Amino acid sequence: MKISRIYAVFLRQIYLLKGSPARLVPVFVWIVLDVAQWGFISKYLGGLGLGSFNFISVILGAIILWGFLSRVQHGVMMAFLEDIWAPNFLNYFASPLKIGEYLLGLSLTSIATAICGFLAMIVLAGAAFGYNIFKLGLILLPFILILFLFAIGMGIFISAVIFRFGPAAEWLGWPIPVILAIFSGVYYPIRTLPVAMQWLSKLVPSSYVFESLRAVLAGNGSGELAVNLTIGGALAFVYFFAAYKFFIRVYRHNLQNGMLARFGAEIG
Amino acid sequence: MSLKEVLKVEGLTKEYQTLKAVDDVSFTINAGEIIGLLGPNGAGKTSIINMILGILEPTGGTIQAFGLDLKKHRSECSQRMNFAAVYAHLPPNLTVRQILTVFGLLYSVPNLKEVIKNLLIKFDLQKFADVRAGVLSSGEASRLSLAKAVINNPHLLLLDEPTASLDPNVAKEIRGQIKDYAKNKQAAVLWTSHNMKEIEAVCDRVLFLSHGKILLSGDPRRLPAEYGKNDLEELFIALANKPVSFANHHTL
Repeated sequence: MKISRIYAVFLRQIYLLKGSPARLVPVFVWIVLDVAQWGFISKYLGGLGLGSFNFISVILGAIILWGFLSRVQHGVMMAFLEDIWAPNFLNYFASPLKIGEYLLGLSLTSIATAICGFLAMIVLAGAAFGYNIFKLGLILLPFILILFLFAIGMGIFISAVIFRFGPAAEWLGWPIPVILAIFSGVYYPIRTLPVAMQWLSKLVPSSYVFESLRAVLAGNGSGELAVNLTIGGALAFVYFFAAYKFFIRVYRHNLQNGMLARFGAEIG
Repeated sequence: MSLKEVLKVEGLTKEYQTLKAVDDVSFTINAGEIIGLLGPNGAGKTSIINMILGILEPTGGTIQAFGLDLKKHRSECSQRMNFAAVYAHLPPNLTVRQILTVFGLLYSVPNLKEVIKNLLIKFDLQKFADVRAGVLSSGEASRLSLAKAVINNPHLLLLDEPTASLDPNVAKEIRGQIKDYAKNKQAAVLWTSHNMKEIEAVCDRVLFLSHGKILLSGDPRRLPAEYGKNDLEELFIALANKPVSFANHHTL
């Protein structure tokens, strides 16, 4: 691994953002809309006087964390798509750049943009609804790490699918966070789901984060919390590793059938 | 592999299901030598270049660059080679300076700012330094491709139709720059082109390909006479029309 090559991939994406501020819009617009919409819904539900349940804390906390996961996954995919649209693969992969360095460069780009979006959400949630996610304390750190690892894995996985089937497969990447949100229990406890879906949600690392978030806010047991986060973290790592291996496999497949060399021409 | 030998290709083959794009191709290139890779469309020239670049996996054969097996040492070999191809566009949404910066980092070029400054002067790109590559003319884009191709001082330069679609004046200028580079740096150059006058002017040796095989090789200024033709273009046309009559005239 060479830092200069990882930095080159990162820098190319930063140049793109710098050269076209329109690219920054999706980094902020959707998450701002999410916070605004769910903030007002939570405020309304809170005003109905439904017991001691704090809607703002539970819903906005979940929305901010989910926004972070979505931005990271889309960030990796978008950075990859920029190289497909350019097209830039031929120049990249004929250079000394290694696959691991390339993926790390893409991941760094998505971390940078996701952190910007995360900060924007925190500021907006604080200013408009008086919500401070940092009140969760240090438990926020494992939450973010699990979501981050899972999101990077998903981003690499969908990039590999696009790499394998061509740019037409791009549409598969957009609804992934929405589908995962159903099984992750972002907006409701997992027990709300039918039993079969509850079993599926056990395979989704983010479901452990959102169940834990609700448990923390409800002041429930720390023993179960540690088990949940360990399972979530282990699953996130397994998916991340599997996605990386899948990308390498697709790269080798494209190397053999000439797709890597022809990729630019295929979409040109 | 001798010290002067920069590239050694042996028995190189590429098959796509029923199609044999490259068929048992062998050749070497020495330091400072410019080799022309000629042949009609679909002869296998670009496949050979792509396999040397490491972006296409051969079905058979070996490629040794700088004494290293390319399959085992792709990244190390790529560090010492570079390429420019008419179809390998550089990112159109980055400026000339940004492109050279990104590729300079990819090739871990030391003193990058200084190197870029010199390349901008050498390839007459100073006034376009902060212009996006997508709005450059063909000539300017070719000069940028070439600047990118020599940014790491490669010992092996692969050029796939570097002067295609350029006006004669710019093409001549580009040819001059590549010849100077090969001579001054003692770099090996593999060059494909459909312009036979260009090949005669630039190349020390040519390899004629047809249906994935090298049919004949030699000095581009002497080959036509050896085969009873007036010039390289006439030889090219004869070879493209009746490749069978030229079979097995190639030696390493």
